[in-house]
Amino acid sequence: MAGSNGNGNGQAKKDPVLVIVQLTGGNDFMNTLVPYNEGAYYDARPLVHIKQEDVLPINDDLGFNNVAARLKKLYDQGDVAVVQGIGYENSSRSHFRGMDIWHTCEPDKISTEGWVARLIRDLDPEGENPLTGVNIGSGLPRAMAAAGVTATSISDLDTYGLMTKLEREAERTRNLELFKRMYTPAVGQGMVMDYLAQTGNDSLTSADILGPIPASYTSSVEYGGSAIAKSLRDVARIHTAGVGTRVFYANSAGWDTHSHQPADHPRLLSELTGALDDFMTDLREHDAAEEVAVLVFTEFGRRMKDNNSGTDHGSGGGAFLIGEHVEGGLYAEYPSVKPADWLNDEDLKHTFDYRGVYSTLLEQWMGVDATPIVNGTYEQLRPFSQTMLA
Amino acid sequence: MTDTRLAETAHLLRRAGLGSTRGELEAYASRPYADIVEELLHPDRSPEAPDDLLSRYFPALVTAESPIAWVARWVYRMATTPRPLQEKMALFWHHVFATAWFKLEHGPAIEAHVDMLRREGLSNFRTLLLELSKDPAMIFWLDNCENHGDAPNENYGRELLELFSMGIGNYSETDIKNAAYAFTGWTFRQPIPLYPHGGHDATFLYRPEDHDDSEKQFLGVSGRLQGEDIIDEIVRQEGTARFIARHLYNFFVADEAQVPAWSVQEPRDPAAVETLARAFRDSDADMRQVMRVLFNSDFFKAARFQRVKCPAELVAGVFKLTEELHDEPTSDLINIYAQMTPMGQKLMDPPSVEGWHTGKEWIDSGTLMERVNFAVEHVGDASAPGVRAIADRVAAQGPMEPEALVDALLDLAGTLEVGETTRTALVEAASSPPASGNGDGANGDGAERIAELLRLVVATPEYQFA
Repeated sequence: MAGSNGNGNGQAKKDPVLVIVQLTGGNDFMNTLVPYNEGAYYDARPLVHIKQEDVLPINDDLGFNNVAARLKKLYDQGDVAVVQGIGYENSSRSHFRGMDIWHTCEPDKISTEGWVARLIRDLDPEGENPLTGVNIGSGLPRAMAAAGVTATSISDLDTYGLMTKLEREAERTRNLELFKRMYTPAVGQGMVMDYLAQTGNDSLTSADILGPIPASYTSSVEYGGSAIAKSLRDVARIHTAGVGTRVFYANSAGWDTHSHQPADHPRLLSELTGALDDFMTDLREHDAAEEVAVLVFTEFGRRMKDNNSGTDHGSGGGAFLIGEHVEGGLYAEYPSVKPADWLNDEDLKHTFDYRGVYSTLLEQWMGVDATPIVNGTYEQLRPFSQTMLA
Repeated sequence: MTDTRLAETAHLLRRAGLGSTRGELEAYASRPYADIVEELLHPDRSPEAPDDLLSRYFPALVTAESPIAWVARWVYRMATTPRPLQEKMALFWHHVFATAWFKLEHGPAIEAHVDMLRREGLSNFRTLLLELSKDPAMIFWLDNCENHGDAPNENYGRELLELFSMGIGNYSETDIKNAAYAFTGWTFRQPIPLYPHGGHDATFLYRPEDHDDSEKQFLGVSGRLQGEDIIDEIVRQEGTARFIARHLYNFFVADEAQVPAWSVQEPRDPAAVETLARAFRDSDADMRQVMRVLFNSDFFKAARFQRVKCPAELVAGVFKLTEELHDEPTSDLINIYAQMTPMGQKLMDPPSVEGWHTGKEWIDSGTLMERVNFAVEHVGDASAPGVRAIADRVAAQGPMEPEALVDALLDLAGTLEVGETTRTALVEAASSPPASGNGDGANGDGAERIAELLRLVVATPEYQFA
């Protein structure tokens, strides 16, 4: 288990790893990758737009918001694939449903099984390593939840452990032993109790593995103070320790910019892109970058027109794939911002199904069959120059 | 063994409140069940929470303006109030009308918001929605202050229908837009956000010149509809009665599927939900009456330990058990915010407007660890008044066999019910020599020994349920 994808000597085969970063609330894609030569964009956004002089062009049509300069830097290195116009038919404007749809791959009905959980089941069918899937934060995202699938949530890597404050070692040892027995799934005790028992057992195992990590990690990279920077640093600490984690999940909150967008959105974007850049640098320093692909996604884009101080829920967002083996560039098509092309007269039309992006990552990067995980077959992208697969 | 009266009363107090000390439980249980329910339904018949005590012992908590202080004060109230249902209703509505500090950054408004939920929690649902629509924290949270007659912002209009009253599938996008228009001009007097205006109160303000007074249609009615008209229409909807009934069932009776599933998935107990929805309709949305029906129903009484505790319930319940906040508070609660955060519940700061995912979604390997660690640490303090009291009671019963000792502790720790696996493990601990090595009773049942066993009781899987 351990060591297969760590900072080894470069000889061992490294398993591919997926890091998912969720931007909760609906990132405004148009103000992230800006169509800075489109009059229609500036007409629709009299107040909440990015000025031409504040754009870092990547071609004659599009440029990054200059607060995302560090993402632009990664893009210029050829490490960022932008999936333009990612979405799905009849995009939900509900955060609730919207996120659910992304998490379960079920736009038309309710499912409680997450796509990442299915991936974990595929990678570790017997649930041998509770750290195969790791969520940074408290509360598992629905994407990682499914009956019988184990994933570990870590809110503070530095204090992770059970009954660590019991002073008497003898009592702690005995209690952990009894805890293990009390948290043994048993026949006929019901689904929730089964889940609780399994979770209790997994927490014992993962605490044993994670305990020593903070003391052994060193890095010259100094991450910023934002929550997402702290989360990505934890991903780096766990990944570089080589404990067999194949999927990481991290969340960034606050992207629901109905108001005060000109103040809030740049701050969020700057924190996020800085953290991503630091993260990649940190991994490279540990010779642990090439096996990692990062997916940054959000539940929907925002409305074409601004509302004077922000933007309302829309559709047609954008996603980013980041990694050393990513073939940098623009993928799929930027949705047309011309009023005649707006969906329902107010939204961007999506140009690429999100399940196709998941399928791309699952099959080309992780090497598993995507169809049962995303519930169908979808057009894929070709965003990797090289993969870790045999 | 626990007697039925005690068990039934303890169940009521776990759900209609945040648990009970042993003394409270025995005092309540000496009265008829329906009388207890009536007292809970009328908070004004009991004294207010002893807030002044906390400020006397820990003045910094009153002057401090930060989430750390507000959460400490709220948890203190939950653990000590003689009006438990008032606090529980505020917590319930806070789950439904999730409003968060991270956007407001304004202390007086978020505290006033929770006060409003406390004050109106058992009122008519119409009154509650009206107060909610005039609440500065909510207005800022869902941008109604940016909802202008000539530039509508539909955030509040949408969530009012989707998350606060009817749920998806009961209205159209046009209804949302028109609801938003009806609430144009509903704003507040600054100062929000906090900077640069400081900690002054914000108050509701209606600006007629910013209101769209044109003809609108909403759910089949038309006219120059105002916010009040929208709320009236919402409260009349069958969808609203069912949506609130399902929320109540999920929070007060038993864990259910989560909100996004409600438009397609039948309730766990359709008859119970219909009973609650009927009470809502028949009483014209009188929440006190709906709660009366709920607590007196057989489906409620039969639903013991059918819900995973939310972190607030867990934490307040532990304080009820240790009684460390009763009489003279011995904990300044300054760490409670930092301890609840990794359990997945920052009070007054939910992750988004959809609120928290509840039930088994409270539990993952990380949050479970935090819950167990918190309970073990607090209950492990043999000098805590509640722990000492349990030890005294056990000692008064004389020497006991391990099985009897475990049963006595489960009963005294809140009439808990555990499965065979758990019971066997507890009996084994009670049979072995104390790890503390200083059992000071004849068979090692002194306070330290009792604290040691209670530490295991609160680490059981069963303790996670209410």
